[in-house]
Amino acid sequence: MKKTKKSVTPLNFTGGWDYAPAPESKDHVQLKDRYDLFINGAFVKPLSGKWFDTINPATEKRIAAVAEAGEKDVNSAVTSARKAYDGVWGKMPAKERGKYIYRIARIMQERARELSVIESMDGGKPIRESRDIDVPLAAAHFFYYAGWADKLAYALPGATPRSVGVTGQIIPWNFPLLMAAWKIAPALAAGNTVVLKPAETTPLTALKLAEIIQEADLPPGVVNIITGAGTTGAALVNHPGVNKVAFTGSTDVGKIIQKALAGTGKRYTLELGGKAANIIFEDAAIDQAVEGIINGIFFNQGHVCCAGSRLFVQESVMKTVVRKLKDRLETLVVGDPLDKNTDIGAINSRMQLEKIKKYLKIGVNEGGEMYQAACSVPSKGFWCKPTLFTNVSQSSRIVQEEIFGPVLAIQSFRTLEEVIEKANNIPYGLSGGVWTDKGSRIFKVTGELRAGVVWANTYNKFDPTSPFGGYKESGVGREGGLHGLMPYLQHV
Amino acid sequence: MRETRSALRYSVTESPAIDQVGVDERVSRMTKRSIKKESKLQALKLAMSMLDLTTLEAKDTPGKVRQLCIKAMHPHDLLPGIPAVAAVCVYPNLVRVAKETLEGSGVKVAAVATAFPSGMSTRKMKLEETRWAVGEGADEIDMVISRGQFLAGEYNFVFDEIAAVKEACGAAHLKVILETGELSTLDNVRRASDLAMNAGADFIKTSTGKIQPAATLPVTLVMLEAIRDYYYTTGKMIGMKPAGGIATAKLALQYLVMVRETLGQDWLNPDWFRFGASSLANDLLMQIVKEHTGVYQSIDYFSKD
Amino acid sequence: METSKKNKAGSAARIGVLKTYKLYVDGKFPRTESGRYFIFKDTKGTALANICVASRKDFRDAVVAARKAQPSWAARSAYNKGQILYRIAEMLEDRRPQFVAELQQQGLAAKAAEEEVSVAVDRLVYYAGWSDKYQQVFSAVNPVESSHFNFSLPEPTGVVSMIAPEESGLVGLVSVIAPAIVGGNVVVVLASEQYPLTAITFSEVLHTSDLPGGVVNILTGTRKELVGHFTNHMDVNATVYCGSEAGHIKTVEENSALNVKRPFVYTTDNWKSEEMQSPYRIMDLQEIKTTWHPIGK
Repeated sequence: MKKTKKSVTPLNFTGGWDYAPAPESKDHVQLKDRYDLFINGAFVKPLSGKWFDTINPATEKRIAAVAEAGEKDVNSAVTSARKAYDGVWGKMPAKERGKYIYRIARIMQERARELSVIESMDGGKPIRESRDIDVPLAAAHFFYYAGWADKLAYALPGATPRSVGVTGQIIPWNFPLLMAAWKIAPALAAGNTVVLKPAETTPLTALKLAEIIQEADLPPGVVNIITGAGTTGAALVNHPGVNKVAFTGSTDVGKIIQKALAGTGKRYTLELGGKAANIIFEDAAIDQAVEGIINGIFFNQGHVCCAGSRLFVQESVMKTVVRKLKDRLETLVVGDPLDKNTDIGAINSRMQLEKIKKYLKIGVNEGGEMYQAACSVPSKGFWCKPTLFTNVSQSSRIVQEEIFGPVLAIQSFRTLEEVIEKANNIPYGLSGGVWTDKGSRIFKVTGELRAGVVWANTYNKFDPTSPFGGYKESGVGREGGLHGLMPYLQHV
Repeated sequence: MRETRSALRYSVTESPAIDQVGVDERVSRMTKRSIKKESKLQALKLAMSMLDLTTLEAKDTPGKVRQLCIKAMHPHDLLPGIPAVAAVCVYPNLVRVAKETLEGSGVKVAAVATAFPSGMSTRKMKLEETRWAVGEGADEIDMVISRGQFLAGEYNFVFDEIAAVKEACGAAHLKVILETGELSTLDNVRRASDLAMNAGADFIKTSTGKIQPAATLPVTLVMLEAIRDYYYTTGKMIGMKPAGGIATAKLALQYLVMVRETLGQDWLNPDWFRFGASSLANDLLMQIVKEHTGVYQSIDYFSKD
Repeated sequence: METSKKNKAGSAARIGVLKTYKLYVDGKFPRTESGRYFIFKDTKGTALANICVASRKDFRDAVVAARKAQPSWAARSAYNKGQILYRIAEMLEDRRPQFVAELQQQGLAAKAAEEEVSVAVDRLVYYAGWSDKYQQVFSAVNPVESSHFNFSLPEPTGVVSMIAPEESGLVGLVSVIAPAIVGGNVVVVLASEQYPLTAITFSEVLHTSDLPGGVVNILTGTRKELVGHFTNHMDVNATVYCGSEAGHIKTVEENSALNVKRPFVYTTDNWKSEEMQSPYRIMDLQEIKTTWHPIGK
């Protein structure tokens, strides 16, 4: 142990015994060739008369056509949500409201496999994640908030809670179904009605959710799901009939929305970008920390607002950690999202891939040392190998800016004070990670990180009971848990 | 002996902390690997070749050991292409029978020694037993560590004992059984692994099979990671043997996934990885035959010993 | 002030000493860097004081001081913060006659002035009591499914700029400052334009109450000039605007989008009401932090 041999051949992770392809079956998936807008409890043709294609980012093949909601469609959705709020949902006994939400949760569980496969087809994420994380968590969210419906008086101590009205919700493409659940479940539990717009590259599971909502026999108009791109979202945000806007997406768009809502009296929650620091102290459980780093940045191809994209490693273990990361990179399976063994699937869209590639170039030009796994990637589709950057500094753009891809920037640090300062030296404040075996240091660091979610000796964990949301430019308000209920209530 | 070894003796500060929840998560991810078709057949045969076919009962007879040895050399001759197992593992007094039966087959004889399974004896007796077993023809010695001293923090005692047994082994390979079921924490598993490797173990092994829990995936992962770190520090490869409680082919394949993703391809052979098991052999055989015939099998068609 | 009147009347031989009303920044009392002032007159039109017209740069300096003071103020124990708020209440009570007089000079009837001071003192005591309780009421241990201990608790948002209530020189001011600082925030406040005297005198109370410099910074000046600057500064984390002028509200909320500030608009004109004190006012300026840790052996 004491004597270090100068050059040891790195471990060999190629050749020999390998996993055969293990594709998840698509047989049970039922998809229509064309999807209309879900308004007032029915699928209706868009008044805009327009549809657009959604493609599979792993094959670039068209999956289905999806309606593009225009201003009139948005108006019709908001109007039906208002009617449902005034006429039915707002008056319904809370416990009945709760039972509807439970129904949604149950049907989602029953149709979990189908939802997982569609999620992976439409968005490119590995089936392992959609099957084990996205879909079960989405159902769990409905379960959690269903129970709140008739217990709201306990959510706001000393105050009388009241619903807000019609909520306009806009969600991103990285966790399409899960984000729909994060938005819809608390809104309904609190007694509001919903107009939800999924992202244009990943609309399908939200539309399947619309079918589930139909099957659950929810009163028409309580949930309306309208597809479209930025202009549809803008029309929803700006519609005067909307009382509250909930947005998850980039900080740039979040700022536009916040500005658009100025002076309107509408309430809002924003869940925006991040550039989280993941901090490894020398006394950490190193192998578990390495796994946490991998999970932190390569989960969902790095398309995660809370991704641990800035790694800080204490100097004395820097070499070890980087070596372990490189070994681990070689065992990550990159490829077909529907293969059960895939760890890293397809990049969500061509546009996103171009953005990531741009940052890889910037990183190299800034003098960063780039390391990528030796794996091969399919010729069709959008792919990015898992990537590490060393020799970067706090001022590097790949350290400062959110890449939203499988790209990790690694820096070393010497003291706790230094790393806290660097970790907080960023406009974002969504999440952070700290790895140390010392209890008192955990509380010191988690306390000083200016971020809404801090994972200590773990990373990228989510739960319906656990509030999520950012400080600073990472957003306003919380989603999940008791605190996630509050933005959907007003207290009098 | 003491003079040359003392400078290398183990300190707990050399071992990193282990987070149990993190280990469980990594294990859970590995157990979700889907092993199908040709990959599965290849792995089943590989697992077969890594078996230390074991019988460690007080009622063992020369006749039973002979039968086991024949099974070891000819697991299932009805289907060609099934490899012989790696070794037969017995008590020292049955080594000679096994050695004679396996003569020329390439299947090794492993003997448990050092007052197996408890290790509750004097060093003198343990060394004598080791030399005796080697003299009887054992190719490999599976020793147990003194858990009492280990848990009491007397690492030097345990270190010196392993080093002395290693010396007594001569040319025979030494597998050091940590008996992880008695070590309570994964931190202790890691420490015992580091200590054993530094003291001269050729293999580290989870369990005697006499204590529950025996081999588990989390414990094995921690030991494999210790082997990996030791390799990068010293350049020396150490073998790994989970033993006890591995009864199904499915579980055996999960162990192979773990080796593949932790140590890589170079460890995926009987020189560096073994399963200590008895009933696993037949489940592997049933799965191999199923892959060939496409029909689920019954244990009635496979000899028990 | 009493003495100056006597001087004018010529009935006293002694020349009175007039008080200079200045800004309160970083625990000091500087004049505005702009050199500008306006003359504050009482209801009878008598000039009482020169009031600083703070500039954009005064605000900038105050934000720097506030930012510097924030971490150590937030790090003080809840008990200590509560004691300091209580101390502010003590000091205010102690100087009751001065505040009553000043409020009267600003146009309040004697009874209303007395009441205003009483409510202000009580409000400070109210928030002092919350200092070590709101965390308990609004935090949570979250029963997550995995083997982790998970909890959420409030932390201060940071540096807050405030446009204090225009119609209530003392209670309004106290009602916005107290919930902010008891929660570990630091503030830069623009005092009421019509009633600036009590704001500056209140800063003297703060100054003698063990409140560290920079935690509360009070400027006097005009809303028209400063509302934009108070809300577009990139190192301000939240903004509280008291009032109902639509143009100002829009500015406040639009500017907040520059760095995703949290804007709060309070439109009430009855700051003395008990409804204007609430732990939710503290929570407006708190962020919820959720922490995860594995449970294992």
